[in-house]
Amino acid sequence: MAAIFQGVGAAAALSSLPSNSFDSNKSVFSPRRSFSVRKGASFAVVRSDGTVNLNPKGRRTQQLIPNAVATKADSAAASSSSKPGHELLLFEALLEGLEEEMERDPRVCVMGEDVGHYGGSYKVTKGLAKKFGDLRVLDTPIAENSFTGMGIGAAMTGLRPVVEGMNMGFLLLAFNQISNNCGMLHYTSGGQFTIPIVIRGPGGVGRQLGAEHSQRLESYFQSIPGIQMVACSTPYNAKGLMKAAIRSENPVILFEHVLLYNLKERIPDEDYICNLEEAEMVRPGEHVTILTYSRMRYHVMQAAKTLVNKGYDPEVIDIRSLKPFDLYTIGNSVKKTHRVLIVEECMRTGGIGASLTAAITENFNDYLDAPIVCLSSQDVPTPYAGTLEEVTVVQPAQIVTAVEQLCQ
Amino acid sequence: MAFSTTTANFTSQPFSFNAPSPTSHVKLLITPTSASPFFGSTRKLRLPSSSIFNLHRRSGTVVGVSQVVKEKKPKSTLNLLITKEEGLELYEDMVLGRAFEDMCAQMYYRGKMFGFVHLYNGQEAVSTGFIKLLKQQDSVVSTYRDHVHALSKGVPARAVMSELFGKTTGCCRGQGGSMHMFSREHNLLGGFAFIGEGIPVATGAAFTSKYKREVLKEADCDHVTLAFFGDGTCNNGQFFECLNMAALWKLPIVFVVENNLWAIGMSHLRATSDPQIYKKGPAFGMPGIHVDGMDVLKVRDVAKEAIARARRGDGPTLVECETYRFRGHSLADPDELRDPAEKARYAARDPIAALKKYIIENNLTSEAELKAIDKKIDEVLEDAVEFADESPLPPRSQLLENVFADPKGFGIGPDGRYRCEDPKFTQGTAHV
Repeated sequence: MAAIFQGVGAAAALSSLPSNSFDSNKSVFSPRRSFSVRKGASFAVVRSDGTVNLNPKGRRTQQLIPNAVATKADSAAASSSSKPGHELLLFEALLEGLEEEMERDPRVCVMGEDVGHYGGSYKVTKGLAKKFGDLRVLDTPIAENSFTGMGIGAAMTGLRPVVEGMNMGFLLLAFNQISNNCGMLHYTSGGQFTIPIVIRGPGGVGRQLGAEHSQRLESYFQSIPGIQMVACSTPYNAKGLMKAAIRSENPVILFEHVLLYNLKERIPDEDYICNLEEAEMVRPGEHVTILTYSRMRYHVMQAAKTLVNKGYDPEVIDIRSLKPFDLYTIGNSVKKTHRVLIVEECMRTGGIGASLTAAITENFNDYLDAPIVCLSSQDVPTPYAGTLEEVTVVQPAQIVTAVEQLCQ
Repeated sequence: MAFSTTTANFTSQPFSFNAPSPTSHVKLLITPTSASPFFGSTRKLRLPSSSIFNLHRRSGTVVGVSQVVKEKKPKSTLNLLITKEEGLELYEDMVLGRAFEDMCAQMYYRGKMFGFVHLYNGQEAVSTGFIKLLKQQDSVVSTYRDHVHALSKGVPARAVMSELFGKTTGCCRGQGGSMHMFSREHNLLGGFAFIGEGIPVATGAAFTSKYKREVLKEADCDHVTLAFFGDGTCNNGQFFECLNMAALWKLPIVFVVENNLWAIGMSHLRATSDPQIYKKGPAFGMPGIHVDGMDVLKVRDVAKEAIARARRGDGPTLVECETYRFRGHSLADPDELRDPAEKARYAARDPIAALKKYIIENNLTSEAELKAIDKKIDEVLEDAVEFADESPLPPRSQLLENVFADPKGFGIGPDGRYRCEDPKFTQGTAHV
């Protein structure tokens, strides 16, 4: 299986992002590079037979577009107009991906609360109802269990719905349909019905949204057999994953994060998708493997800046695919660095990190020089108070400390 | 093309058939006008009730909608409701359902099938009355009591029996079982173990039908979906949520309540504040109709109207069929709670016996021909059991098939290849 590694540039673009830059109107990447660039490792395609092909136009034509994020690395100056591609915010990237898929396939439709006339509470479906009509972009009543089930029934009978949970937490009401029908119907029908549905929505800890609006559902859904889960973290992979999820014949749950919607990035003009089952190499390194996803990627990169200044060389991988895990990318990294740190926003108990720890231990135990360290959120309902909320999630300082301890 | 969301026009009228006030429409409902002896047999069994609002007794039955709607029926001396061919079709379908379920019970006690098996004896009129009016492309969504819905929709008895035996030749390759009957070919969308779970799926199928017509411009797409469920389900949130959505968007769906009065051991009257389920339709903006579910001709009459309504694009209908299951909730249910007198009353209203009586008394065909059908069904069932017995059990390699439509979903293994590309994959395990 070919795997494409994103170049060092990706890390360069993200490294300068401080952890508190998610305020709605301000997140802009500034492409300062603050650590050494690995020579000659822009990207490589590693084939399943072990040969390495530096020509990316190999097996997967969908991934012809190399790491767009890396274009930042090539110029120390701010994004110049001679570069191809266009700049947009993450929610616009999702919107673009969704719109392109709706244009491409008339069976793709959207269902959710306030997705139509309101344009989506996070504007991910802005303008779509005007363009495609009220039936293709369906404003549903507040009945998550039933409209998710309706999406599943529509998927079984030939449509390709994208169901939006206004907040991921609301999908708890749809757990019945997601677990029993979404995950299982393909199997219990003996393969007769496919359910090409995409269930998406923003989750994660925001800015003092309170406990119920700050839930991370990836840990609850991960046991459901028959579904795939992906988490986007940059405009590039947001659009790519959205498109891949819509095109997939499997039911896919796409986890977005409330605080990442205003990230800005330059993405290619061409059509591209991101592979649903693959992880993303954010920053290659030698000393320690840091596995993360979604918002914690930015805390990790913030910590990486500090770590590099202290002389460490962390390898950062955004696992992206929460179910199934890309054990190839992860495994290669473990074999190289022999130390693993997992940084996630899930709760400690039964979270993605817990499963990942088990998977790595099972498969790569011999390569580990130290026990796997997993930094997760506290097992508490997210408090409203800002000071407490800050302590609930993993902060860059904790990541730095953990790496220092791990690398002793 | 935008479609307008109509606000409910039904707020002032509880019934779309010109019933100005609750009491008058009740009177309308209780007055049968047909002279057919078939109706007569049920008239005798109606419980006298002083007031429609006396909730401790079942209220009067409704005659077919056609009597309420201003349709002109030709006044003929015979006033037959069905032709000979239709009569034989209905009879055969009901006998198939009954005989199949009896065979299931036999096979269960002989250890050929396991788990939860829910039999449909006594309710055949509802399945036959509705499903025999459908086209192949119309969809049916059922519950765990789905064997007969599958048979009525056209799934071969062999496939259903094999599925119950857990054989690989079953309609779901043995992976679904009694409570998960699916057939893509016959548009049977399940088979659901949790009650209420199938109703949103049915709503989705109806949504697809509307979508195909209005967005994909398949102008002749008029597929209708039937959702079957019981009285217990009518207290579940999914039921109400879907009534709302179906009426809101005028989806081509018919909600068929098989009210057999019992949810395992919970009497409908003990579980429901207002046991008259059909009244809940108008609350959401659709007609609510109550029909005698032990009488296949009445059910068929109502079904014709409801399905035609959906096909026309006029939206959903809620049909409450008063019916009864002769056996327990499942084969594991000792059925000790129900009053034997109640069981006897409904046994006397056996839908198959009633139809047979109607056919004979109206000289549609001879008794011999009906007996020939009985015999034919017996042979079909014997063949089905034999087929199921001789079919192979699913091999180990089938375990991981069909988990994902696209098996790449199992992910990339440590060696860099997709797990599903490993030739030994299906012999392995499934954790990712």
